Amino acid sequence: MQWEVVIGLEVHAQLSTESKIFSGASTAFGAAPNAQACAVDIALPGVLPVLNRGAVERAIKFGLAVGAKVARRSVFSRKNYFYPDLPKGYQISQFDLPVVLGGEIPILVDGVEKKVRLTRAHLEEDAGKSLHEDFHGMTGIDLNRAGTPLLEIVSEPDMSSPLEAVAYAKELHSLVRYLDICDGNMQEGSFRCDANVSVRRPGGPLGTRREIKNLNSFRFLQQAIEYEIQWQIDTLENGGKIQQATVLFDSDRGETRAMRSKEEAHDYRYFPDPDLLPLEISEAWIAEVEKTLPELPQAKRIRYVSDFGLSAYDAGVLTSSKELAAYFEEVVSIYSDPKVCANWVMGEVNGWLNKAGIEVERCPISSRALAGLLNRIGDGTISGKIAKEVFEAMWNGEGEADAIIEARGLKQISDSGALEKIVDEIISNNPSQVADYRAGRDKLFAFFVGQAMKATKGQANPAQLSEILKQKLAG
Amino acid sequence: MFNSSLKELSAQLADRKISSVELTGEFLGRVGELNPVLNAFITVDPEASLAQARIADAMIASGRAGPLTGIPVAQKDIFCAKDWLTTCGSKMLSNFVSPYDAHVIERFNAAGAVNLGKTNMDEFAMGSSNETSFFGPVKNPWDIKAVPGGSSGGSAAAVAARMAPAATGTDTGGSIRQPAALCGISGIKPTYGLVSRYGMIAFASSLDQGGPMAKSAEDLAILLNAMAGFDGRDSTSLERQPEDYAKDLERPLAGLRIGIPAEYFAEGLSLDVEKAVQAAISEYQKLGATIVEVSLPNTRLSIPVYYVLAPAEASSNLSRYDGVRYGYRSANYKDLAEMYENSRAEGFGAEVKRRIMVGTYVLSHGYYDAYYMQAQKLRRLIAADFSASFEKCDVIMGPTSPSTAFDLGEKGDDPVQMYLSDIYTIAVNLAGLPGMSIPVGFGDNGRPVGLQIIGNYFSEAKMLNVAHQYQKATDWHSRMPNI
Repeated sequence: MQWEVVIGLEVHAQLSTESKIFSGASTAFGAAPNAQACAVDIALPGVLPVLNRGAVERAIKFGLAVGAKVARRSVFSRKNYFYPDLPKGYQISQFDLPVVLGGEIPILVDGVEKKVRLTRAHLEEDAGKSLHEDFHGMTGIDLNRAGTPLLEIVSEPDMSSPLEAVAYAKELHSLVRYLDICDGNMQEGSFRCDANVSVRRPGGPLGTRREIKNLNSFRFLQQAIEYEIQWQIDTLENGGKIQQATVLFDSDRGETRAMRSKEEAHDYRYFPDPDLLPLEISEAWIAEVEKTLPELPQAKRIRYVSDFGLSAYDAGVLTSSKELAAYFEEVVSIYSDPKVCANWVMGEVNGWLNKAGIEVERCPISSRALAGLLNRIGDGTISGKIAKEVFEAMWNGEGEADAIIEARGLKQISDSGALEKIVDEIISNNPSQVADYRAGRDKLFAFFVGQAMKATKGQANPAQLSEILKQKLAG
Repeated sequence: MFNSSLKELSAQLADRKISSVELTGEFLGRVGELNPVLNAFITVDPEASLAQARIADAMIASGRAGPLTGIPVAQKDIFCAKDWLTTCGSKMLSNFVSPYDAHVIERFNAAGAVNLGKTNMDEFAMGSSNETSFFGPVKNPWDIKAVPGGSSGGSAAAVAARMAPAATGTDTGGSIRQPAALCGISGIKPTYGLVSRYGMIAFASSLDQGGPMAKSAEDLAILLNAMAGFDGRDSTSLERQPEDYAKDLERPLAGLRIGIPAEYFAEGLSLDVEKAVQAAISEYQKLGATIVEVSLPNTRLSIPVYYVLAPAEASSNLSRYDGVRYGYRSANYKDLAEMYENSRAEGFGAEVKRRIMVGTYVLSHGYYDAYYMQAQKLRRLIAADFSASFEKCDVIMGPTSPSTAFDLGEKGDDPVQMYLSDIYTIAVNLAGLPGMSIPVGFGDNGRPVGLQIIGNYFSEAKMLNVAHQYQKATDWHSRMPNI
């Protein structure tokens, strides 16, 4: 039987403000517990929230980047519930009037582009953390994170496979980093995903959804959704029913399990926070923020295809992060063959980075140094094959391309007199192969190239060698 | 000395006839003498007060004194004051020593005033009789069988009994004006947003407003000058040019148009209160004012609207008192849910619980539109009544409270009867307008009667002028209870 999958994502992106959304305390990660919780954060009697304009500015930036409507007036509400790491007994969030409405995120899966629509994005404060270990049966409360600004980005249920969900999450992750509104650090919880998943018969009514909470890596996102889809299909095919529920993903066991059902759902008693005035955003403020927008990934991709003649796939890989795109563009600015640059950045650079498990920002070969290496291929000093050897030496910190080529004697032989002499010797030493080749066995050409390379220790200029061989073998 | 005005006290301090340490000592002595009877103060800390007095004396000696330097002021126990026990009248905060100063406390400290002590109040400002305080009821200095009103009952009784030259209060539905009326003193609730709420423990955020309580309008003007002003830590604080609220005190009242709303003189108003209020209005006519009839038809809705909105906000504002980080925590619990339940069940009194339950109910899914949203709409209608009235008059006058002070325990079993004692004051909070009460005589039982003066937004200087001119012509405000 056929099943159709329906997925919507809610992403909590921690905004990169220095101070909290409603207080002056620092948002820096990793301080001693409660060292960054001020009177407002711990909700002392009598304290009041004051909105951080930097958080609003980042929300506006996001809204503009996804083509959404930035609400001229939005409202902060209180979401009331009791939890020890929620100091006020309510979370300040936006409910019926969010700051960003609509917009879309383009994704590319298997070469097909699709647009995922956004429902909304709203500002809210994060809660603190409850620590259950090391307290001998008690619970520790760390309120450093309480009041950290979040932008909750809610998509429409437009994704129909785990791969699409991951592509969307990655695209969003890349976008918030392009915009410099979120550091995207998933281990530290700066970018967290909740996935709403349901299945249905093709064309049938929507199935009941379950929400998988707090997925903090793309791998877990994919695994959790895959497991959840299979679980829902199995349940339905065995005659069961799906109950609306919130579930957690156990990454050790690779399965989801219910946290609370709909019956246990809270009544959050939302109402407008009387301590905060409605958020008014002027046209002038929006125009000011618009000026600070960088070139966005989609625009970059289009430009890479039209100006650099790259494939859509290559453009997608190179723009997947702001830093990789910047690296690539620096290489192109020095060595002006974009295709060669793209092949090297996507091939050698990305390959070595992945192997080492580091990001491009920490690549030991600078963009300028890579361009220097490409220049030596371009001017015929070394072949592409030798260049890979030089690249490895550069990665290992042996210096710049020129120094390595010099030190290792890797300059390729482009002197036609020397090459002709070598070719003449090969022809006279292999008379039978020459005869066979001249009789029509074209494939033997590779044999002669191999012999010449062997004789020159791989340093013969391949194009020049091929030219000379063809000429001499023709008799 | 105990009946002196702030101006007189300030002059004596300036002339070195008395030091702030001496003055503070005198008032502390009177507090020590009368508090066992009246229970107006929850906390006195002579050492801390005298330390401030010494600083004030140094300010005076070095010629840096302002009009409040060296003057002891009693602070309602709703204002957080650094290193002072700040209880809000509740068991829940009976162990809470504030690590910071409210904006209002900062202002008084900067002015060189002396914190004389923290005054008793209804628990979390929820009450009209001061009987809901965890620290026991306050007695009315005019008759200790009577309530002082609430929630700022401790402050009102302290000023009335001349235990303090002046005090602060807060007013969410009448909590400055009603106790001022019942204790025969003057009090003003400013326009919402004029006095910062930072550090003032929240009851209902959109209605709460701090203000001064004193013997006269002239004193109120001096106090309001210190308390009012923009504060960036309160998002609802209004950014305005600073104003001298004493600037118009001496302006004659000829041509003043006083709006009299028929609704404030209808069923439910005691005859003796009506008589005293009418006499005051006649006095105003003698002073040159004219009377204009105005109508506030939606006033009758103000009690139901208030008892939806205020509990709704309170139910959320009081969620922070969970026993986790500070305040009272039950000794008796097995798990988290029990810790919450027992701490809150034991830490809050009956009236607070009642309002938390009402507030939780009206915000619940399925009831929100019918109660909260509806109340917000009606709130706008109530405000519109006032706007229409102020087209025709400069101030509105009427009784502050439908009766003089009632007896302790008299309304204890009937919350609705208690709520009705704020019938004339609540609409002013809902509209965000300034309102004040001044003493204008006594009822049949010898207990004081208050006249309420309601002004348009930001007309505090005008209202204080109107009150001061009356007080120049009469002496009700300088009458002292015989205690």
